[in-house]
Amino acid sequence: MKDRARGLALAAALGLTALTAQAKTLVYCSEGSPEGFNASLYTAGTTFDASSRQIFDRLVEFEPTNLTIVPGLAESWTISDDGLSYTFKLRAGVKFHASRNFTPSREFNADDVVYSFERQLLVDHPMHNVSGGQYEYFESMDMPALIQSIDKIDALTVRFTLNRPEAPFLSNLGMDFASIMSREQADALLAAGTPEKADLQPVGTGPFLLLAYQKDAVIRYKAHPDYWAGKAAIDDLIFAITPDASVRLQKLRAGECHVMAYPNPADIASIRSDPALILQEQAGMNIGYLAFNTEKAPFTDKRVRQALNMAVDKQAIIDAVYQGEGMIAKNPFPPTIWSYNESIQDYAYDPEGARRLLAEAGVSHLETDIWAMPVQRPYNPNARRMAELIQSDWAKVGVTARPVTFEWGEYLKRSKMGEHQTVLLGWTGDNGDPDNFLFTLLSCGAARDAANRARWCNEDFEALLMQAKSTADIARRTEYYEKAQVIFKEEAPWITIAHSVVFMPMRNEVVGYRIDPFGLHKFYGVDLQ
Amino acid sequence: MIRFILTRVGLVLPTFIGITLLAFAMIRLIPGDPVELLVGERGMTAERHAQLRAGLGLDKPLLVQYASYIGGVLHGDLGKSIVTKRPVSEEFFTLFPATVELSLCALLFAVLLGLPAGIIAAVRRGSTFDHTVMGVALTGYSMPIFWWGLLLIILFSGILGWTPVSGRISLLFYFDAVTGFMLIDSLLSGQEGAFVSTLSHLVLPTIVLGTIPLAVIARQTRSAMLEVLNEDYVRTARAKGLAPLRVIGLHALRNALIPVVTVIGLQVGVLFSGAVLTETIFAWPGIGKWLIDSISRRDYPSVQGGILLIATTVILVNLAVDLVYGLINPRIRHNR
Repeated sequence: MKDRARGLALAAALGLTALTAQAKTLVYCSEGSPEGFNASLYTAGTTFDASSRQIFDRLVEFEPTNLTIVPGLAESWTISDDGLSYTFKLRAGVKFHASRNFTPSREFNADDVVYSFERQLLVDHPMHNVSGGQYEYFESMDMPALIQSIDKIDALTVRFTLNRPEAPFLSNLGMDFASIMSREQADALLAAGTPEKADLQPVGTGPFLLLAYQKDAVIRYKAHPDYWAGKAAIDDLIFAITPDASVRLQKLRAGECHVMAYPNPADIASIRSDPALILQEQAGMNIGYLAFNTEKAPFTDKRVRQALNMAVDKQAIIDAVYQGEGMIAKNPFPPTIWSYNESIQDYAYDPEGARRLLAEAGVSHLETDIWAMPVQRPYNPNARRMAELIQSDWAKVGVTARPVTFEWGEYLKRSKMGEHQTVLLGWTGDNGDPDNFLFTLLSCGAARDAANRARWCNEDFEALLMQAKSTADIARRTEYYEKAQVIFKEEAPWITIAHSVVFMPMRNEVVGYRIDPFGLHKFYGVDLQ
Repeated sequence: MIRFILTRVGLVLPTFIGITLLAFAMIRLIPGDPVELLVGERGMTAERHAQLRAGLGLDKPLLVQYASYIGGVLHGDLGKSIVTKRPVSEEFFTLFPATVELSLCALLFAVLLGLPAGIIAAVRRGSTFDHTVMGVALTGYSMPIFWWGLLLIILFSGILGWTPVSGRISLLFYFDAVTGFMLIDSLLSGQEGAFVSTLSHLVLPTIVLGTIPLAVIARQTRSAMLEVLNEDYVRTARAKGLAPLRVIGLHALRNALIPVVTVIGLQVGVLFSGAVLTETIFAWPGIGKWLIDSISRRDYPSVQGGILLIATTVILVNLAVDLVYGLINPRIRHNR
């Protein structure tokens, strides 16, 4: 009986190998089910992994190593001198997926670009209200206010006209919500009275086409045979949805999958020492920080904020909270993003100096709260532990801090309303543009009940951000952002704590995998030996 | 008998209304805002927030929300998921067969092992077998499902390589779901090895989910049998010279079965709650994990609909158990 059972398991394992030999099948153990297959309707990375990263392309894409914008479905583009008009020359000969539900009769053209954006932009578009009609990413990148019109110039030329100059606009077009969908499919489904199928049976131009999806179980893709950049090296791609990280690792070890998502921090050491596995790692495009509520005394005084910066032993936090696998943050965005100011000096750990500075500011017996998230986030694996460490560091300089936590939704809401004195939070970049960190998290507009949890508004800083927005010249923008980082450090609205490291365990036979700088998972370019 | 059935069915209605009220109230009593969770750290403007809440009908007074929910339920409409925007009933019934299949296997496993173990333990009271069965039952009952599941995976899938780690069937097999029950669908597919693969994937989750009911059934059977074995009529049967197997099987077991059947009926609820953890560990695409995800995302329609449908299933099973009593023991249906 034992032998028979072993034989069966062996047959199953061999089956996977045999399958790999005939048609190359890569199995990825993913962490959850996508919310749907139209990336513009959702905001979760799990959804982008399953939809936009495999099935769709965008006009522009990010070069993974330095995050510069490279051509995607647009071969080239020109930006008018006033920064208000973006004209894209589209790639010719790009084919949409043919599936059992839809056979395209034409190639990709300007109509598809106009459709993909107008569906989100125009509330009276016939597809706008389909599948709930909420386009939160499009909204939160302020696209409705930004885009005046999208015009088809000819079959392969599209022009976006903006209401105001916005340099990061080009980066926005590389984001998942800007995936290009098939207008022809939408028209056909509208005519058939089943428009919602466009979001369930997606038709894109991307490297993989969706074959089947069973919720919470498996997603199956096939390589797009006519992909414009060349067919993927693997023939089939399978997402084996496996919510528990320990089980994902067991599956990886047993050869039931080739690549796994999000390992447990505690398993990193054992993965490193396993000869059958490879562990890729890369600095994450994120920041974990503590924000002072600069509208509440004594955090209105920058000396207090500076003193509390000096009082925190960041290395101890990296060791205890990030298990040594993180990088001390000195700027509000990670070094992988252009315009990162290397010359900035972080506040050194100096409890004595902190005590002096607090005395100078006339602050004694300070009592404060430290809000700690109840959930694990990519930029902070254990906020409660982090809050305890900061509490003990601050106690050494005479500050009494009390860790506080709420349910995640409440936490977000209350901290947005500024109920906290100090709050732990973080951010993962959307598009590799410094503006995505600085403007979203630290601008005056965001200080009014939005993502600026420090509620910090500095005129000089704001002026630099606005200048940087108004020019497309990267050299000039870099200059503005470098200056802005100097002001940020001096004013200290945050304690910049850490940039976490992203890990990607895979089996030895996987070649060509590159960690995505945004923490997503893309399988074009991956092969099996 | 008809009156008995009507009384039992009559009791179901208020329970049903109570459940809709509980499910509706509880998910709203716990803090959290589904709209806030949609965008995370990013946040949204107050106007947009209000607009989205209004779109979901969350701006209306609770009573109005409840009335519109009940109105929908009575028309068979459980609403749409806030997260996936798909109809709740569609999501539920896509996932439900997987939970039912696993629960039935676990129940079968528990009954097939627990009943004989309990009977033998009672007949050989005080023996080593009795002590072993009761010891194992107590351990099984106390075992945290998460830990037990991972332990079995590491041993049988990791070290010994006998069973697959997780899932319902090997990824080699690919066919459309017909019934949603993989045991049936794999047979219908006609693909060689598909059924065996399904069986091998069922082994560990069945054991993990069936362990607690197994322990409960074994203990309950033992104690019910012990009680019955001391009854006069059993002694009489023995004195008449009936074969021991006949005394135990026919005279004792039939009477001992009533409390055991009660417990088996109650295990259905236990199985559904155990399924939450078992499904998460074994990546089993059932309603347990779906419901937990819905709760953590404050997906009100999914939570309400899910709880309602699960509770309805439990109520129906218990109704069936009540009716089975009537069949096993005529005195119950006459006691009004």
